Amino acid sequence: MAILIDSDTKVLVTGLTGRIGSFHAQDMINHGTNVVGGVTPGKGGTTHLGLPVFNTVKGAVAETGADLVLSFVPPPFAADSIMEAADAGIKTCVCIADGIPAADMIRVKRYMRRYKADRRMRLIGPNCAGIITPGQAFAGLMPPHIYRPGRVGIVGRSGTLGYEAASQLKAKGIGVSSSIGIGGDPINGSSFRDILELFENDPDTDAVVMVGEIGGPQEAEAAEYIETHMTKPVAAYVAGLSAPKGRRMGHAGAIVSAFGESAQEKVEILKSSGVSIVPTPSSFGETVAKMLH
Amino acid sequence: MDIHEYQAKDLLRRFGVQVPRGGIAYSPEQAVYRANELSGDRWVVKAQIHSGARGKAGGVRICASEEEVSDAAQWMLGRKLVTHQTGPQGKLVSRLYVEEATNIAQEIYLGFVMDRKLERVVVVASAQGGMEIEEISAQEPDSIIRTVVDPAVGMQAFQAREIAFSLGLDPPLIAQAVKTIMGCYSLMADMDANMVEVNPMVVTRAGEIVALDAKVSFDDNALFRRPEITELRDKSQEDPRETYAEDRGLSYIGLDGEIGCIVNGAGLAMATLDMIKMAGGEPANFLDVGGGASPDRVLMSFKAVLNDPNVEAILVNIFAGINRCDWIAEGVIRAMTELQLTLPVVVRLSGTNVEEGRKLLAESGLDVLTADTLADAADKVVGAWKDAKFKEAS
Repeated sequence: MAILIDSDTKVLVTGLTGRIGSFHAQDMINHGTNVVGGVTPGKGGTTHLGLPVFNTVKGAVAETGADLVLSFVPPPFAADSIMEAADAGIKTCVCIADGIPAADMIRVKRYMRRYKADRRMRLIGPNCAGIITPGQAFAGLMPPHIYRPGRVGIVGRSGTLGYEAASQLKAKGIGVSSSIGIGGDPINGSSFRDILELFENDPDTDAVVMVGEIGGPQEAEAAEYIETHMTKPVAAYVAGLSAPKGRRMGHAGAIVSAFGESAQEKVEILKSSGVSIVPTPSSFGETVAKMLH
Repeated sequence: MDIHEYQAKDLLRRFGVQVPRGGIAYSPEQAVYRANELSGDRWVVKAQIHSGARGKAGGVRICASEEEVSDAAQWMLGRKLVTHQTGPQGKLVSRLYVEEATNIAQEIYLGFVMDRKLERVVVVASAQGGMEIEEISAQEPDSIIRTVVDPAVGMQAFQAREIAFSLGLDPPLIAQAVKTIMGCYSLMADMDANMVEVNPMVVTRAGEIVALDAKVSFDDNALFRRPEITELRDKSQEDPRETYAEDRGLSYIGLDGEIGCIVNGAGLAMATLDMIKMAGGEPANFLDVGGGASPDRVLMSFKAVLNDPNVEAILVNIFAGINRCDWIAEGVIRAMTELQLTLPVVVRLSGTNVEEGRKLLAESGLDVLTADTLADAADKVVGAWKDAKFKEAS
């Protein structure tokens, strides 16, 4: 199935009845995603886009058997919605909200550890564009037509830069197994390492493209995993070569504050772990094509 | 968001941390008045700017007379102090903090940060205070004490006690140190700070523990629920280009080059700056126009970019997912006509409604350069910028 989502995944959309939730849920349905319902507290029992709406995630899971939650809940309430999904036994939660306080995310991560590993929810995001298995299903904001189905996995912090990578691959005739946006926040659900592990164990993926950026320790952590555990080839780009130290570049997490967090340092660390470096953001296509040969 | 030292000390005092007495002054006369109000015979005049290392730039002066207070205030006010944290343009001093001088017996470093690897608050302390933490970790790495706070229960008194004893403080000082450490933590946790740094926290000769300097910054994402913190914002400490953009809801960072950038998505925006650099140009800014950008928002982005007098060419780079290329094109056309632009503008559109967008630009009859790929766009804008410069020179 590639990873995290396929055409059988039962997707529940929290914030379905809002403007943004409606728009993207409709697009997901149009592209074959199995959306089973929505959650908007106070609107339970109604229908929206022809789908049943529930008051709580637990109620929705009981009725629909949903296993993935896509959250369009706005930042002030998003942490609560993630914890609700975790408690309802959801397998994967994709959170789009950009602007969740870091303290809330620390609380969310601590809360998710209450559950034993076998029923612990996997969080993707927040502040991400979502996840897609081209040709099958997606949960998020991406334009699905830019992805060609295939066998290269993509994992990245940035949504639009992930689009850039996917469309360059498509132009070279290279397809994508799944593309996962882990989001631009300093405290996020799944790390590069977590997603690389899923791709390493996925029989439908042959190679991975990683789209990193300045700030935080996750690229270095990924490099270590690649060196010690991965058999599949990995190509990586790190955005922010020209970013000044100590300035937050749009993403809450894109700030160089410690050793090893600048783009140059991350590139060096990845290179020494055997990763093919994508030298410029316009050479995803060539680099991956070369790596696959 | 950063705040001034005097504001940080006000907050710390509210959380039970002892700070020296002091008052704010906007003129040399007020500074002298504050000194008299405090009484005593030695005062410290401190420039209030959003930067550390003020002392080395002349922004902290110990004074022993009214004249010295007045002279120090005269020298600092209206001056742009340059430290290694402000950049070469420096930061304007428009307020001073006049404090009673403290007799220092020992200096301690105490910091609270969000550790991204552990995803928890970490307390960092060292008995080698007074230096910056980077210097301490380079010169006295063994002196650093680290304590991790469990977010489920928050910081516990025993942890503060362990830190206090590890710092080698005398037993009579432990209770006060614990109160100080717990107070700083409460400020961090209760006010959504993402950093609290007391450097130095001092032991005075009279045997008291006092926060002599304080730096606090807040999580921008949490300001919506901290209106009392939002009020502490001092726009005079910000890059005016950034204030202009931020007041209009745009994510903008001012840089030093000549090529203005309008991009959607933070990652793509960073990558665009990288491409401009590789093509031989220097970006003037980072600007993320966001998702679902209307023509109005694009027009506003042009205004924000052009608010920087150094801008000599503009690159618009859009990979539309939730955006629409036709709206972007409409915004570009409006900006070019309404603002009567003569500088080179390069537009690269990709993704949702790209054909409609390109058609609009082609039919507008305006002198817009278009590009298909990111590399092409970067080369074209740098080329057009160089051509325009050459024409100007000849």
